[in-house]
Amino acid sequence: MTSNLRAETIYFDSYDGQSVEAYLASTESDDKVGGVVVIHHFPGYDEATKEIVRKFAANGYNAICVNLYSRESPRESSDDAAAAARARGGVPDAQLVGDVGAAAAYLRSLSGSNQKVGVIGYCSGGRQSVLAACSLELDAAVDCYGAFVVMDPPESSGMKATSIVPLLGNLSCPLLGLFGLEDQYPSPEQTETLRGLLAEHAKEFTFHEYEGAGHAFFAVDRPSYRPEVATEAWGEIWKFYGQYLSGKK
Amino acid sequence: MCTYETERIAVTGSAKGAEGWFRATDATVYYDHPVHFGAGHALMVDVINPSLGASSRVGLELDAGSARELAMAILRSLDGVPAGLLEK
Repeated sequence: MTSNLRAETIYFDSYDGQSVEAYLASTESDDKVGGVVVIHHFPGYDEATKEIVRKFAANGYNAICVNLYSRESPRESSDDAAAAARARGGVPDAQLVGDVGAAAAYLRSLSGSNQKVGVIGYCSGGRQSVLAACSLELDAAVDCYGAFVVMDPPESSGMKATSIVPLLGNLSCPLLGLFGLEDQYPSPEQTETLRGLLAEHAKEFTFHEYEGAGHAFFAVDRPSYRPEVATEAWGEIWKFYGQYLSGKK
Repeated sequence: MCTYETERIAVTGSAKGAEGWFRATDATVYYDHPVHFGAGHALMVDVINPSLGASSRVGLELDAGSARELAMAILRSLDGVPAGLLEK
């Protein structure tokens, strides 16, 4: 069922008192509904990501995506901001966790919130989704092909990100992982390592690994898009969030 | 895949971006998903000046063959400069 929705750019104060830009899509519903924090991919806060935010609202959730690059590159185009962020080595983990926490609080403050909030991230956002779920109290987390969850990026990359392995024991909610078998970042071997570590910690998780898909199979505006796989994986997301973000807290 | 690998160098010169000429201070080079070029991966070059903001950027997205040709053309041009004309 498709819900009516309202989508808008907002600015709100994040954990450090700094105003950050975000895209909010709220669903029109008489019932209290769950919220979803969307973490954009490494190429930035772009049109395709905003479409994902609207898709959650159309499916009955309140959703928000913080422009993770808005502090350093306010009012810049998403591609310029992403190039600048890359040159800086990406977003510091503490800042990411702070922004996701503030976005989750914003969703809970909405009058139509049932106080349940999930997180989902794509590409680098997949890793950041796991990081957020290991650092904040959330109700459900989705990792879409996030690399460097179980290993550090190569030193030569200049990336600030590090492996999340030391934090996995703190995972606060069920985790859904969606991966392409043709991806190398993360590779199927790395996904297997993550599966083993989560099992060791007795965490609740479900992984789906898709044949015929590599990295970024959800990205509708890129050649990596795999419509059949993406449709199936969206079905898994609706099932997962339906289980963990619906009803009352 | 997202490679995350990025070569970063300091450069001296100027570049012409969307808002006109600016003094270029840095360049990044990486092979990853392009924004505009319709391919899964491309060799990207960004000539930037971070102190002027993110839009002070000249971006290139080239297929691997084009990038190699460009790199070799640059080297051929420099190698062909008469002795004494190269300033640095």
